[in-house]
Amino acid sequence: MDPLSTMFALAASLFSVILALYASSQAEDFIFGFHMLVFAAAGGLLILYLARTVSFQQMTEKGEATYSDGIIRYGVIATLFWGIVGFLVGVLIASQLAFPSLNLDLEWTSFGRLRPLHTSAVIFAFGGNALIATSFYCVQRTCRTRLAFEPLAWFVFWGYQLFIVLAATGYVLGSTQAKEYAEPEWYVDIWLTIVWVSYLLVFFFTLLRRREPHIYVANWFYLGFIVTVAMLHVVNGLAVPVSPFSSVSYSAFSGVQSALVQWWYGHNAVGFFLTAGFLGMMYYFVPKQANRPVYSYRLSIIHFWSVIFLYIWAGPHHLHYTALPDWAQTLGMVFSIMLWMPSWGGMINGLMTLSGAWDKLRTDPILRMMVASIAFYGMATFEGPLMSIKSVNALSHYTDWTIGHVHSGALGWNALISFGAIYYLVPKLWGRRELYSLQLVNWHFWIAMMGIVIYASSMWVSGIMQGLMWREYNADGFLVYSFAETVMQMHPFYVLRAIGGLLFLIGGLIMVYNIWRTIRGEVKVDQPISQVITVGA
Amino acid sequence: MELYTYLRQMADSWGLLYMMLVFIGVVIFAFRPGSKEFYETHARIPLDEELKDHDK
Repeated sequence: MDPLSTMFALAASLFSVILALYASSQAEDFIFGFHMLVFAAAGGLLILYLARTVSFQQMTEKGEATYSDGIIRYGVIATLFWGIVGFLVGVLIASQLAFPSLNLDLEWTSFGRLRPLHTSAVIFAFGGNALIATSFYCVQRTCRTRLAFEPLAWFVFWGYQLFIVLAATGYVLGSTQAKEYAEPEWYVDIWLTIVWVSYLLVFFFTLLRRREPHIYVANWFYLGFIVTVAMLHVVNGLAVPVSPFSSVSYSAFSGVQSALVQWWYGHNAVGFFLTAGFLGMMYYFVPKQANRPVYSYRLSIIHFWSVIFLYIWAGPHHLHYTALPDWAQTLGMVFSIMLWMPSWGGMINGLMTLSGAWDKLRTDPILRMMVASIAFYGMATFEGPLMSIKSVNALSHYTDWTIGHVHSGALGWNALISFGAIYYLVPKLWGRRELYSLQLVNWHFWIAMMGIVIYASSMWVSGIMQGLMWREYNADGFLVYSFAETVMQMHPFYVLRAIGGLLFLIGGLIMVYNIWRTIRGEVKVDQPISQVITVGA
Repeated sequence: MELYTYLRQMADSWGLLYMMLVFIGVVIFAFRPGSKEFYETHARIPLDEELKDHDK
């Protein structure tokens, strides 16, 4: 940055620190005071950093010849870090469900507080960092230009980490606005809005600077994800705080409107955060890893517009058999079923990118991971519309089937495609010729795969059993089972689910080890994979 | 007419038609004659030699 903007940034952060300290002193509750101190500390760190790097010498024109990859290296590390945190908390709360005494009888470690910690850590911290890092990588390569407003891009990265820390500490301390996947309170929401709009500016202006006439389709998906998430977050977050110095707020919506806005947000978090964004990843990294163009570019365009036109209406399927008007429930169901087509079109497009190169699956575990993730995308987007059908939903809703469905999508599709992208990126970003060990990627793949299969199948059994037990009537019309009886029956499946999650965590740790050795520039001499998989003579 | 009723009727008549036509338009545009070669070059964008290397 030039001296003038550095001075401006210094003044702005000093002002924010003072403002945050004042707000902290006026706080009406502990959480608000604590979070304002966190803000002040973050501002203080920024001041220290700026003061150390400020330079009044003439800036040398650097960089135009290269991509800005420093921020992506940070993004990859953050993705790995938050991934492990998220998986670990997941295993912990899965174990708490099987063995409730593991909640330690402390409010901070109770299931209700750790559950949003898990969901936010994996979706927004792990998935969000993976999306930000890969989108910055992809947009620079496919537009053949550097990131626009690089200091702002760094603000997006660090601002997003601050959002994660505020959200996570808030959950543990008991702060929540009680909206699923949108739990952070109003001031954290405002902070995220500032960060997200900055993200949009960086991405959009990088597109404008492109030296390639056409905008590659992966960037369409990334842009669709960024714009829609901004809209969803702002509308669902509309709330009135009790006072400017309180962490408590009330939603601008009430009753069934509130429920509909929440699930319009909630399902589109799935549709645009976990689907459109990660499809951007698929459309860039799968062709790169397979070294083949996407099967049909036309199909990718149809895929994009159908996802954009259809997903936004699917939310009401979360509110079947509630106070929501019947027509709205049916609308949600119909649009969910229509999503079968673009989802499977996109899956076919991803898979067929390998046509003529299927043999690579035998020797390239990274490509295998990506292909498995596309297969899981297909499976999860088949199961989802099925579960949105009212009569199926009557059985599946509120049961563990939903949890199993979400995890086959999140672990199978989102996590595996992110792992694949990270394995692709790390040697490139750190200038290494190859990964430390492809064998370890292979181990990661199979251990994670076992984990996903155990997780999803145990939840299918447990969920359908739970649903059937809830609705079992006897001849006199009385319910046969009490709620506690259904819970007891689910115990073995909860244990299995924790084991599945543990396997997935172990796979993640293997990846961290592999990446760490790769970054250090080491290469393990493996047997080539094609020789390890011996064909029976 | 109540706002709710108005919006609802708008949504399932003209709104639906408008969205449908825009979508069909997009599909027709994607399949317009001569677009095949056009799109094939675009599909190669990520694969073309990367012009520049990363900043180490």
